This record gives sequence, C-alpha cells and structure tokens, in this order.
Amino acid sequence: MDAKTLPHGLDAEIEPGLPPELKPDLEPAGPLGLTGPPRGFEFSPLNARRWRNFKANRRGYWSLWIFLVLFVVTMFAEFIANDKPLFIHFDGKSFFPVFVTYPDTEFGDDLGTAADYRDPHLQKFLDEHNAVEIWAPIRFSYNTINDNPPSAFPSKPTWLLNAQDCAFAAKNGYAKCGTLEYNWLGTDDQGRDVLARLIYGFRVSVLFGLILTIVSSIIGVAAGAVQGYFGGWTDLLFQRFIEIWTSVPELYLLLIISSVLVPGFFVLLGILLLFSWVRLVGLVRAEFLRGRNFEYIQAARALGVSNRVIMFRHLLPNAMVATMTFLPFVMSSSVMTLTALDFLGFGLPPGSPSLGELLSQAKANVQAPWLGLTGFFTVALMLSLLIFVGEAVRDAFDPRKTFA
Amino acid sequence: MSGELCLSVRDLSIAFRSGGRETLAVDRISFDIVKGECMALVGESGSGKSVTALSILRLLPYPSAQHPSGSINYDGKDLLRLSQREMRRVRGDDISIVFQEPMTSLNPLHTIEKQIGEILLLHRGLTGAPARTRTLEVLAQVGIPDPQSRLKSYPHQLSGGQRQRVMIAMALANEPDVLIADEPTTALDVTVQAQIIALLKDIQARLGMSLLFITHDLGIVRKIAQRVCVMKEGKIVERGTVERVFAAPEHPYTRALLAAEPRPDPAPPQPDAPVLLKTDQLKVWFPITRGLMRKTVGHVKACDGLTIELHKGETLGVVGESGSGKSTLGRAILRLISSEGLIAFMGHDLQGLRFKEMRPFRRDMQIVFQDPYGSLSPRMSVGDIIKEGLKVHQRELSARQCDERVVQALTDVGLDPGTRTRFPHEFSGGQRQRIAVARALVLEPSFIVLDEPTSALDMLIQAQMVDLLRDLQKRHNLTYLFISHDLRVVAALASRLLVMRHGLVVEAGTAADLFRNPKTDYTRALFAAAFNLETAPEGVVGQ
Repeated sequence: MDAKTLPHGLDAEIEPGLPPELKPDLEPAGPLGLTGPPRGFEFSPLNARRWRNFKANRRGYWSLWIFLVLFVVTMFAEFIANDKPLFIHFDGKSFFPVFVTYPDTEFGDDLGTAADYRDPHLQKFLDEHNAVEIWAPIRFSYNTINDNPPSAFPSKPTWLLNAQDCAFAAKNGYAKCGTLEYNWLGTDDQGRDVLARLIYGFRVSVLFGLILTIVSSIIGVAAGAVQGYFGGWTDLLFQRFIEIWTSVPELYLLLIISSVLVPGFFVLLGILLLFSWVRLVGLVRAEFLRGRNFEYIQAARALGVSNRVIMFRHLLPNAMVATMTFLPFVMSSSVMTLTALDFLGFGLPPGSPSLGELLSQAKANVQAPWLGLTGFFTVALMLSLLIFVGEAVRDAFDPRKTFA
Repeated sequence: MSGELCLSVRDLSIAFRSGGRETLAVDRISFDIVKGECMALVGESGSGKSVTALSILRLLPYPSAQHPSGSINYDGKDLLRLSQREMRRVRGDDISIVFQEPMTSLNPLHTIEKQIGEILLLHRGLTGAPARTRTLEVLAQVGIPDPQSRLKSYPHQLSGGQRQRVMIAMALANEPDVLIADEPTTALDVTVQAQIIALLKDIQARLGMSLLFITHDLGIVRKIAQRVCVMKEGKIVERGTVERVFAAPEHPYTRALLAAEPRPDPAPPQPDAPVLLKTDQLKVWFPITRGLMRKTVGHVKACDGLTIELHKGETLGVVGESGSGKSTLGRAILRLISSEGLIAFMGHDLQGLRFKEMRPFRRDMQIVFQDPYGSLSPRMSVGDIIKEGLKVHQRELSARQCDERVVQALTDVGLDPGTRTRFPHEFSGGQRQRIAVARALVLEPSFIVLDEPTSALDMLIQAQMVDLLRDLQKRHNLTYLFISHDLRVVAALASRLLVMRHGLVVEAGTAADLFRNPKTDYTRALFAAAFNLETAPEGVVGQ
C-alpha cells in the first residue's frame, strides 16, 4: 500500500507540528502489513522519556546507583563479613563452611559440635595440615564476639589506637597492639564488630523496608482501586473505616502485641503492615475516581469489557504513576519506622543486627563516639539516597517537566 | 496596507527543545497589525498559530521554547528583548489575550469582581469604589446582564458564554491597544459562538483597538476580520484582505481549506426498513440532594421522556445546545448511564438488563466519542485497543484471526495496518478518531452512536471524517445516531433530525423538511447561528 494512494487523503492530516521521528511513516509492512515490527522488549516511548528525565536529575541518578551497589553488596553480606571461612581444602577434601555446618570432628577435634573456625586450637590444627583457607575480608559475623580486644568493650576502632592505649592494654592484660585483629569501626558494648553488624543491619533494614513497601502498596492500591472505581456506598463505608483505623494509636498497639508475641522479623512486618497500607489508598482512590469517567474507560464499558479488566488494564497504569512517585518515600519511612522501633527496644529480637540497636548502644555509651557516628552516618546516607531517588522519580513522572 | 502600524512581527521563529531534540514550530513569519483593524490568523492545529500568539506576550514555556530569530515590535520596543518587569507592564495593559477554554481560564476560587479588580489594581492601582465602577463598566460593555448582581458570582455560577464574556471583560479592563483572541469561540455552542463574535466585532469598532483573531474556522474569519494570514506548518502561506483571499485564493492549501465544507449527501430516510432501535418515554433524571440527610429536593432532567424510533440504515441527527441532553441520550441508549423507560433494540428490551446480560448486545451497538485524545487508552498500542472488543465478544478467534480483523478494520477506516503496533500519541487527531471508529467497527455492529465525532477536528479533517462515515454506512449498512452541535456536519449526514433543548424534543422530522422550513424559533436560531453566524433575539437561545 502506497502512502499516496491511501483513501481519504490520509497523508494530508499527519500533524505537521510533530517532529519527523514521531510521524507515523506509512511504509508498507509486508502483505497487508501482517508481519509487523518485531515485538522484543523495549521501552515504550513514554517510558523512554521518563528514563531520560530520570537521568537528567544527576543527583537522583547517582543516588540510585550508589544505593543499588550498597544493596547488592550487602545482599552478599555472608561473603564479606563472616566468622567462617568461605572455603577450606585439606586432607584432599574441600569444605564450604559458609554454606554447610561441619562438626569439629572433621578438623581433628572430638566434641562433635559445630566447628568454631576462629578457635585458635582449630586454626593450629589446620595450619599443621597445610590446609588452604579462604576467608571473607572481615572475619567477624554480626554476632561474633572479639575474644581478643585491646580494651574493655566497647573498644575503639583498631586504627585509632595510640601508644597510650597500647600501654594501657599491656598493663591490664588485654591483647597486645601488634597481635590485634582489625575492628575497622570498633566493637560494640558486647564485643561484636560494628562494621559486620552494620553490613548485616543495612541488609535487614533495606529488605524490611522493601517488603513492607511492596506488600503495603499492593494492599493499598487494591483497596484504593476498589473504592475509587465503584464509588458510592463502597467508597463511603471504606473511607469511614480507614478514618477509624488510622486513628488507632499504632505505637501503643505495638507495645501490647510485642509483649504477647515474640517480635521476630515477620511478626513485626505483619504488625506494621496493619497500619502502613492506608498510606496509598487516598492517592489511588483519587486517580481511579478521576479516571473512571475518561472516555476510553466509557469506550471499554461500551465494548462490554468486565470491571476487573478495566481496572487492571486501563485504570491501574494511570494510578501507578502516582504510586511509583510515592514509593521511595514510603520505603524511607518504612526503614525509619523499623529503626525507631529497634532504638526503643521493641523491634527485632535481641542480638539481631540492626541500625536502631546500634543507635541505642551509642546513646548508652557516649564515651564511644564511633558507635553513634557510624549509626548516624549510615542512617543519614540511606535515607538521603532514598529521598534523592524519590525526587528524581517524581521529576521523571511529571509530564510537564521539561529539561532544556 | 493603510493606517497606523500597531504591532509588527518580523522574521519570528519559535523552536521547542525537548530531550535534546529541537523542533521548529514557527519558521520566520512576518505580519503587521494595523490600528483599529482585525487581523485573522488561520490554520489547522499544529500549524503554529497559537504559539505565535503566545510568543507576542512571551507566555511560552521558556527556556524550552526559544526564538532563534525575529523581533516583535510594539510602540518602538522589541517585545522579545524586554526584561520580565517591562514585559509585565505590557501584558494585560497594552496587549491582552483571551484564551480558548473559558472553563479553565478563570480561577474557580475568586469572584468575578476580584478577578477583574486584580488587573485594574496591577496596572492602574485602582481599588475600592473606582475599581468597582470600572468593573461594572466593562461587564456592561461585554453584555453581562445585570452586572451589579454578578460581581459576587464565582465562575462556576456562569455559563460558558458568560465566562468567555468575563474573560473578554478582563482583557478589556485596561483598554488595550491590541487584543489577542486565541480561538475564543471554539469551546462554545454555535449560538453562543455567534454572540461572542458579534460582541468582539462591536467592541473592536467602538474602542478602535486592534484585534488578532486566531481560529481554524474560515466562516468566522469572513465574519469578523479585514485581513487574513493563512498558516501551514509554521509558515504563512498566504496573506491578504479577506475579500481577496476568499474570492481568489492563490495557495493550494487555502483553496483546500475553502473547499473543505462537508459534502451534504445524507442517507435517505428508510421508513419501510425494520425498526432497529426504539425508545419510549426514556428518562434520565439526576437527583439534586440537599441537607444532612441527602433528601432529594428536585431533579436535573437531562432526558425527559424521549420517544425516538430509528430504522435500519438511517442516520438520526440529534442537535441542540450544550446541556440539552443529547449526549445523555446516546449514553442512556447504550446503558452507560442508568435511565427509565423502554429501550428496545432489535426487538429486545435492554432496560434493566444486568452487566453480563447486556454483553451480547454490546457487540451490535457501539459508540465513538468526541475527544480523540481522551477516548484511546494512552498506554495500549493501536492494535490492542482495537482488539479489546474481539477478546470480549469473540474469544474463539485465534491470535492470527484477531490480527486479520484488526487489519481489516484499519483498512476500512483508511489507515495503514502496519501502524497497529504504534501508540495513540503518535497519531494526529483525525487519525485517532479513525482508530476510534475502527475499534467500533471491528465488532461488525449494526448500530453506532457517534457522539460529536468531528467537533474536536480541524475543518479539512472534518470533511474527510464525514466522507468516511458515510462511506462506511453504505458499505456495512450501518445505522447511526449522530449527536452534534455542528449543523453543517449534521446536514451532511443525517436523514432524520431531532432538535433537543432542556432534555425535551423541540422538533423532529426528516432532515430535508426541517432544514427547509424549521417550525420553532429555537431551531431557526440554531440554523442561523450555524450557517451564517448570526445571533438570535434575546431569550430564544441560551447565553
């Protein structure tokens, strides 16, 4: 089919104002156009524009990368900070202590309990048998206690130790300066390596925030969608319910529940989820209320498309713009909530790596500023990154924003 | 050219930059506006006429908009080189502008008095009694009845035509030298449109100001302007006095524009064909509720007992002002809004059927909406949009068969089937409307409600659309319910006519009869406004 011979003078009505690449070219596309262009994965033009706008916000773009790197790196925390070697080869056999728990009978001991690879006795045995060991860069896990500290706990970051500290250690029977294992950020008041706890704690925070955000978004979007689309009594009743629900004092309820249930990761997630899903409801409801009278929604209804399909296929993509814009902010506040609960001691069970617990230790040990500084900078960095990403996402989804 | 030069645009270019690409919207145009004269800028959408108008007041989204070349000389100054502060003094005082959309160009939270008073305060420092006197003066000037009582009104309490009058009053408040009117009547009813045109013409003559009138409607140009510039793709292709351009157009594009009247060739009435659709006492009443207990105190009667009959193969034109209930009628018939009374379609009563029970009928009755930008989901490809109905009604079709049907529908409406993987925003308004028609057509319906399908389109494309609809009707033996306020288009298509006002039928009959001798004043006023842009005596039509 040639452009010139199209009926009804189609060629005359292509908008002249469009840049040339947006004009539908009327190239023949096979017999009757049945072949069509290949359907691979590619950004739709709209999303491509959004991605460009996102990248144009340099701060947000770099924040995203930094955050992603931190996230991926901490995902592999076991390979970075661990009190078990990653790999041991001795006696013609290979061991992977990072994955498998071996009894210490494998390494010449006779207790039959799980091997403690930091035990000097076991180390000596391995050295005698010329074993090949590969360790993680940090030889502490989040709950490993440094048995050989230069001072009483919390002890300083090792590289900050001065002659006075070494003299003190020597006089009081602590480890000598030359034989120390490095604690890059010192230890906390129970002798655990702060850096190791930081890495694990960051992972827990981010995962917790991510899961809470995703699950509460799904519930919130679904609730908002139903209210906005059906309107009327559904909307009215649901809205009143939410008003009552949000006025329940969350913190007190949490205190009560945590005195009954042991607040593990998932219990805590569940309790916070009870209240966090309402955040997106209003937003999505408004989008659906607005959208349900669009002409293409009317057109779909005139075609006989069912309500569920209309909601999913036509309305949800519109509402997702507002939701996506909100997500980074929801996530940062989720992280914040967990940290706050841990700080107050109502969060994850004792001994878990957590930023809030680090901060509360810092409060209890003002003489050990490395605890407070570490906690503060980590939380500040994580939240700032999330907010920067959020701002860039907001810009990217703003249809009126233009970057010259 | 005679008379004193008021505003002169020289070599003006406008470029938009977005995502590193630059698009030239206006390419080195020059024109002059003489004192006391009305100059019209005509062109289709996207021709750059509106951005030209906006650039005179520097209202474009700078810095993404730029002027690679040109100057706009007014009163010895180049407006493009003025500082923001100096520019603010020009805006609304020396040069003012009236926009297209009266619904959104007034602030809904301020009274009329406050909005007009603000301009007086900004440029003349008027407050209190003098400001009020001047406000009343301009309101009277633009023909707002009983201006005293309107001072405290909010925009939503005024009709579209009255809002546009208030916008004009705001523009006139400081007696500007130049008034720019950017399609001021496009969003209005035909009858109101005629009134606004008459008002602008009258005011311009009385105050002796210059008027730059931007429009895509040549009928209006003939009515109001002395000189005209025709724009196409960012260039002025023809200019001259209105008499000369209309009598002897030189450029082929101007000639095409002038010839773009929809060709009247309606399908003949088919009184012997079987009745496809019949309504009896169809009512759509929206309750008005008041008070704490939401007690119903009255009803807005959008459709009040309508009885219509539509034979197979006919086109029933439904005309009337906005608010007369014509769109409501169409949607009620398709059961998109709830109603009372009989709706008999192919011998079945549709009233009271549930969603699932309606579904088999939906295949035979389809709708095309007015706004080609709003009626296509922006996130679905054209193919998916058209396919959607098939997935509901003909699930047995394989993907390949579906695709063939889509290709067939696109070919039917004159679009290249190869474009079906593209998204709606890549198409122009006219092409999108064709896609909307294809979506209705793919189900092979027997009845289509056309709800103002041409109103949002340019003149040239309107005529093409009318040809297409007529062609499809002949080929597929379709029955149309054609809803429009544009009588020129209705005259081209309708075999029978229904004139509506306030939810009631004013007049009905075959189109030929009605156009020849309309019986009521209301119908006569509608016709006069549509065909000659003439106003009716007060009280016959709305304001």
